[in-house]
Amino acid sequence: MGDISDNKPRRQFLKHTVSSAAVATAAVMGVDQAAAQAASSGPVTSTTQGALEGYLWLKPSEQGFVEALVDHLCPPDALSASGVELGLNIYFDRALGGDWGNGNRLYLKGPFVKGSANQGYQLGLTPAQLFRAGTQALMAYCKNNVGKQFDSLSSEQKENILVLMHSGKLEFDNGIPSQVYFEHLLQMFYEAMFADPIYGGNRAKAGWKMIGYPGVTANHRQNIIEFKNKPYRVEPTSIADVN
Amino acid sequence: MKTLKEVDVVLVGAGWTGGILGKELSESGLQVVCLERGGDRSTADDFTVPRMRDELALAHRHSLMVDTNDQTETIRNTEQQRALPYRRLGSYLPGTGVGGASTHWNGHTWRWNNTEFKIKSMYEEKYGKKYIPQDMTIQDWGVTYEELEKYYDKFEKIAGISGKAGNLNGSKDARGNIHEAPRKNEYPLPPLEKSLAGELFEVAAVAKGYNSFPRPTANASKAYTNPDGAKFGECQYCGHCERFGCEANAKGGAHMTVIASALKQKTFELRTNTWVTKVITDSTGTKATGVQYTHVLTGEEYFQPAQMVILCAFSFNNVHLMLTSGIGKVYNPQTGEGLIGKNYCYQTGTAATLFFEDKLFHPYMATGGIGMGSDHFHANWDFDRSPFGFVGGSTLGAGLYGGRPISWRPTPAGTPMWGSAWKKSVSKWYEKTMTISSSGSVMPNRGNFLDLDPTWTNKFGQPLLRMTFDYKDNEKKLSAQIANVINDLAQSMKPTSFTKANPRNSWSSVPYQSTHNTGGTIMGTNPSNSVTNKFGQVWGVDNLFIMGASLFPHNSAYNPTGPLGAIAYFAADAIKNTYIKKPGKLVDA
Repeated sequence: MGDISDNKPRRQFLKHTVSSAAVATAAVMGVDQAAAQAASSGPVTSTTQGALEGYLWLKPSEQGFVEALVDHLCPPDALSASGVELGLNIYFDRALGGDWGNGNRLYLKGPFVKGSANQGYQLGLTPAQLFRAGTQALMAYCKNNVGKQFDSLSSEQKENILVLMHSGKLEFDNGIPSQVYFEHLLQMFYEAMFADPIYGGNRAKAGWKMIGYPGVTANHRQNIIEFKNKPYRVEPTSIADVN
Repeated sequence: MKTLKEVDVVLVGAGWTGGILGKELSESGLQVVCLERGGDRSTADDFTVPRMRDELALAHRHSLMVDTNDQTETIRNTEQQRALPYRRLGSYLPGTGVGGASTHWNGHTWRWNNTEFKIKSMYEEKYGKKYIPQDMTIQDWGVTYEELEKYYDKFEKIAGISGKAGNLNGSKDARGNIHEAPRKNEYPLPPLEKSLAGELFEVAAVAKGYNSFPRPTANASKAYTNPDGAKFGECQYCGHCERFGCEANAKGGAHMTVIASALKQKTFELRTNTWVTKVITDSTGTKATGVQYTHVLTGEEYFQPAQMVILCAFSFNNVHLMLTSGIGKVYNPQTGEGLIGKNYCYQTGTAATLFFEDKLFHPYMATGGIGMGSDHFHANWDFDRSPFGFVGGSTLGAGLYGGRPISWRPTPAGTPMWGSAWKKSVSKWYEKTMTISSSGSVMPNRGNFLDLDPTWTNKFGQPLLRMTFDYKDNEKKLSAQIANVINDLAQSMKPTSFTKANPRNSWSSVPYQSTHNTGGTIMGTNPSNSVTNKFGQVWGVDNLFIMGASLFPHNSAYNPTGPLGAIAYFAADAIKNTYIKKPGKLVDA
């Protein structure tokens, strides 16, 4: 186990964060001021995001759907740029094409029996399979009922369809439960907004800046006393910033 | 199957109880082998930053928890349903690996007292025999607070608990929990800093006449060296406790304390990636001869002979091992006969969410155990349950454990769940919201139990454990009572608005609630009512012991780790001082 007091990674981490902690104290500002600043920073063009451009897993038709979806869930406004500008579509691509999408840590032994809501997820599908089958069904629904692809619909039409899925009232031809599918999309959306930017979404920590989450910054031993009920806003740090 | 060299003691599982028994017994000179199904875990290599700040991987993808493909349970609310696999972790999160769940817990550590250990006799005496429903299978534990006091003290010092005594040798101090049983010593570390949420709760609770105190927790408020020489860093309020390892060793865990100590003994061997599938008994069934295990990396099977076998795994796994080994009689809910799988319990709880236009809570400046609590409706024996008609109670608390934003996105009721309106609301309220929550006890019921599933299997082809559980009338009454208390408190704090606490009436496996799953191999006063005696020694198989929360005949509102640690030290003393000298049963009954 080694000497437990000799914790090298932590020392390195603290060394790295000294400068950002100093900035932190100086940069404390009002919530409104910070929000305005976050909004005015506009589209993100950081070169460090280069590796996270482009699709690995989503098919072209799915790409169009996901881009329309994340821009609808996160429209550009005073609080942040659009979902695509935040990289939320890239988060979907990486999550679905990665371990999680492939059913990592999901028990997928049959038989598969429909259970009660309390019994949780009982489909025999990985997240990627559920996404693909659900999206196919949604596209068919849009084509047959509205005569257009999801990404060509008006904002109001998109909203209506999402609400229908959320309430479980939309029935898919291929038998995929639309509510389970939609909850899956919504969970990925929140993860894309707020997970560390290293996963492709929350680009330039825009999700964290929007709410005032300082990121991986660790040392609040004094802050919890000094900033009690007082504004505390800092430039957030991400995993890549302290690695 | 290869047969290995016999040892004095084989321990199954390297969490808190395996670590405690491993250290104590190896130091006494016994040759001890500890078998851990998971891999090695160390602070220096596993719990490093910034990796330990990854909310997605650790809190949502459960990277430190058991993989359901290796092992899970099947679940149902009633016997009439077909149990189905718990395919994705949700309601509870079993740990794995060296240190077990102690590497990623929040640290809440309580001293359960005689209102738990003598539950049946105390309720009968105060409320009458008829007060206890026919289908509620509560019983006295056979152990008392007085017997465990010094072992609680020992565990608090080993795990580095921060807190404030409220009853020091009978002298009450309202800065601490005045409803706790008398303790001989203060906590080893002073309480944590108070958060704004905790302070607001304290003012409101005291105004209602409820004692409020900083919750005791294994988050070190100061740098600390425990009596075994393990060094703790000072907690930095980083907001990453539950589901995360601590890079600063500021959160007491088995891996950095008892297991690290045991590993210094030549008589202790830790064998990781070894999955115990069966306890082997001799032809008479009254003596364990060792355990069978599979080496996870090679698939090879081994027989490890031992003079003593001690099950120190997570509650479910202890019960599962007893069932797959065919030791003891399986509980039958129809007849009430049989004991293995009986008295499975969980916890209940509810919460209100309070929105304050003019407050800034900074939810990310937090620890896993920060905040203020109240025991007014739980350990407080003067709280009259009779108007409500339930057994047990609920603790109250307010504290924010980290504000990690994939999970913590509070918005007032009626707010859309996406779009600009959602963004506006989530931005506005992220730092301006707190909760008041309860944790409630669950009493055992004839219809709640564990057995083996007829259909689904684990990685090694063994049947999964099957859980049948739901909240019964007792828990519904208890939940309704505390929801009213919480809403009344919330109202008195004059928030801008608040989302009411609602009673919890049925158990769902989906949202996270608690990993305090108890019972299934319960302790008691004699072989007709229990699987083990008060030392965890299996009745009729003197050299087989069971540790941990599967011993608990019911579940408290408190977190289980306090008595789990204390009983492990209590049993270790009995084994060292009595059993070794004269192997045999430690309690005549």
